[in-house]
Amino acid sequence: MSEKEMELLTKGSGEAEQPFRYSVGRWGSKFLIELRDHKKLLGIRCPKCQKVYVPPRQVCSPCFQRMEELVELSDKGTLMAFTIIRFSFIDPETGITRPVPYGYGFIKLDGCDNSFQHFINIEDESKVKIGARVQAVFSEERKGNLMDIKYFEMIDD
Amino acid sequence: MERTAIIGIGMTKQERRKESETFSDMVFEAVTKALNDAEMTIKDIDNIVTGCNDFWDGRTISSMAVGDASGAWDKNISCVEGDGTFVALYGLTRILSGSYRATLITAHSKGSESISSLITNAMFDPIYTRPLGLDAITSSALQAKCYMDKYGITEEQCAMVSVKNHRNAKNNPYSQLPMDLSVKDVLNSRRLADPIKLLDASPITDGACAIILADEGMAKRFSKHPVWIRGVGFCADAYHLGDRDLAECKSLEKAAKTAYRMAGIENPFKEIDVAEIYDAFSYQELMWSEGLGFCEKGEGGKLVESGKTEMGGSMPINPSGGCLSAHAVIAAGLIRIAEAVLQVRGGAGKRQIPDVKTGLAHGINGPCGQSHCVWILGE
Amino acid sequence: MAKRVAIVGTGQTYHKSKRLDVNGVELIHEAVARALEDTELTRDDIDLVIIGNMDHFEGINYVDMWSIDGSGGFMKPTIKLTTGGTTGSTLAIAGYHMVASGLFNKALVIGWEKNSESDTTAAINTAFDPIWDRLTFAGAIGALAVEASAYMDDYGITERDAARVVVRDRKNACNNPYAHLRKEVTIEEVLSSPMLCDPVKLLDMCPRSDGACAVIFASEDVAEKITDTPVWIWGTANRHLYSYINDVNFHGLQSLKNASMELYQKCGIKEPLKEIDVIELYQPYSFGGLLWLESMGLCKEGEAPKLVWDGVTDMDGELPVNPSGGVIATNPIGATGLIRCAEVARQMMGKAGEHQVPNVKIAISTGFGGCMWSDILLYGKDKPY
Repeated sequence: MSEKEMELLTKGSGEAEQPFRYSVGRWGSKFLIELRDHKKLLGIRCPKCQKVYVPPRQVCSPCFQRMEELVELSDKGTLMAFTIIRFSFIDPETGITRPVPYGYGFIKLDGCDNSFQHFINIEDESKVKIGARVQAVFSEERKGNLMDIKYFEMIDD
Repeated sequence: MERTAIIGIGMTKQERRKESETFSDMVFEAVTKALNDAEMTIKDIDNIVTGCNDFWDGRTISSMAVGDASGAWDKNISCVEGDGTFVALYGLTRILSGSYRATLITAHSKGSESISSLITNAMFDPIYTRPLGLDAITSSALQAKCYMDKYGITEEQCAMVSVKNHRNAKNNPYSQLPMDLSVKDVLNSRRLADPIKLLDASPITDGACAIILADEGMAKRFSKHPVWIRGVGFCADAYHLGDRDLAECKSLEKAAKTAYRMAGIENPFKEIDVAEIYDAFSYQELMWSEGLGFCEKGEGGKLVESGKTEMGGSMPINPSGGCLSAHAVIAAGLIRIAEAVLQVRGGAGKRQIPDVKTGLAHGINGPCGQSHCVWILGE
Repeated sequence: MAKRVAIVGTGQTYHKSKRLDVNGVELIHEAVARALEDTELTRDDIDLVIIGNMDHFEGINYVDMWSIDGSGGFMKPTIKLTTGGTTGSTLAIAGYHMVASGLFNKALVIGWEKNSESDTTAAINTAFDPIWDRLTFAGAIGALAVEASAYMDDYGITERDAARVVVRDRKNACNNPYAHLRKEVTIEEVLSSPMLCDPVKLLDMCPRSDGACAVIFASEDVAEKITDTPVWIWGTANRHLYSYINDVNFHGLQSLKNASMELYQKCGIKEPLKEIDVIELYQPYSFGGLLWLESMGLCKEGEAPKLVWDGVTDMDGELPVNPSGGVIATNPIGATGLIRCAEVARQMMGKAGEHQVPNVKIAISTGFGGCMWSDILLYGKDKPY
């Protein structure tokens, strides 16, 4: 049998999942609990450079400084950059192909120095522009994860 | 080799589960301690090598999670995926290359976040071995059987290692399982895979460690107690267990030979004052002792029986309690280095061995100690 | 004593979308065998093996251990590095330092990936923070599309400008027998290809490939004995600035800016556009072929399209970029950064065949990956001081 005709096999990786239980950490837990219980967004301020980060975490990377001061952020912000995803791929969260198209953007929340990334509502594509004002739309049923925000929608502000 | 030193070490307490801490949180604690220990700030560090493993961390590009905590902002950085001894070795070469002067090494893992047997199953060949369900425990049990059978090592002798190391852990505030055990306790503990029983095996652990390596100039400038790196060596054996004589550790012998030659050590038993070696299972301390030349082949069992590897013996092994008492994979080898540093400095507190001039640290990678890394540290 | 280090030989596989005829270890061995052949060395001559890939593309833990038969690492020091897309360049940088340390004379450096064995975007997604980034992230393509949208908004860059980069690279790839996609495309074809993530279309993006690359690094004590045309490493630099995608500044590739600046200073490069003879850029998508040239200081911000339209980066231009066809044509991820290094070496050794650029004396290869991270290496035909 020639090389070309030869049957070549593959093997799947099996049915077992490899589940993980990631620690959210102290600051992250505060953020998600506040989001879940009060629909509020928290940032954390670096005592050295005064930058406010979202989501809150322990270290300001450029200053290598421990951060402690939580600050409440607006649920409104500005769209800094975005894309509309039109190719489908397997969503590791659900194990199924993520429905497309959907909007994905970087949002600078008012009162914050870095961007928050989340889905954006693209129903009216003409309004989806860099610099557009956006506001968080919260899920009715909130579970203490990032999906407690449904998406950000374009607003006239 | 140019003179290089370890001038700072820091580690977290090693625990079964650090519920509230992320990888980054743990690493930040270890790094902060190491910088304080060296009386440095992050500005004095000019490059970083992190030790991360995508499987243990449950994410691709696991190094991304600890860059901020490792002080990587605007610095040259790399990541070795493997035990901390290998991570540090690459960090050392970055100084020897003349490119950098002070390397920060970090390593972390959280065994608590995943299912260990699935993680270690993934190191086996996906087509031929993995479907059989082999993991770290079952493969090591195979090795233990081969080794014990070939050299007449007994389960009692293995149990003595566990008794010794858990007792030593009582002197180590960072360790996870300080325990007073008897040989009988070990022998009667739950059988995992013959001949390995629960108390022959290391626990699941969360923890992180950081060390700072420096060239001679930096070492002298910052440190009152630089611990000099006298020799290093590493070497890998064949992959397929069936290709190896599992009762032997040839790659360790070769790695040790390289490190000893560099350090000018001819009689390791006499010239080394303390050893921190990677005892993921009790039989491994015996087997690796032989590979490191502390005794003749097959004499590992007699070595532990003789009491020479106890705290008061002539060759104390694992005064920290070893991996048997706390086993944060990936960090574990780096912790061995940090512990050896403390011993050489005379700063090991209640677990200090008197008058240590030369210490050895050892780490492993891959199934059944396929690859070994040996460090010789001295005053 | 620190040693100077040179590349003395390279080997790579013929990169394809799927190599069902070999398993991973065999794929690795193909590249290794070619590199040994290129240098007329044997496995016995090698005293260190450095290997890397991205674990979750194939699902193998401890790849350095698993690949021993193919890599030639049996009873040798063997080590694994991984940093995501930058893995290949990270490996090259490690090859440099480990040999320069004086502890090793000849290092075999291997990057590989068998991307056909998993869903690439799903695997890349798990790179990102499981709590903050992963739930909404759309792999590398999503992040790059965000960068492109910001770049277009900042400087009025068009999709047509980016398409010109693709046309160049795909044309070059036709002259490289190892390249994966060896078919020319037109600007119109790029513009009309399916939209993946606005504004990035299918033909703006790199493919995913099965492939491996091996490069042999040797110390100055032996390099000139192995080859008449050693390729000297003048310097390396990298920046992995961000841990969270939320923090990224998408206006210019900051990591590449900082790393290039450091490297130019180290190596005494004052006018990169004039002094550098060839660049192999880790450019996974077309817009990077514009924006990142600006980040490297080859032209002013917003002016890269002019450079590219004027043909400066074409094969016969002042500074050819990606004579191999680059990442747009070939992308076995863990190998990709190392292929850039190997291709530069082939150019300097005069072994690049149909895609040879004449008289290359100074060259650069880069790596890109992670959270918008960059690695960069600079090579010279002359021995560095």
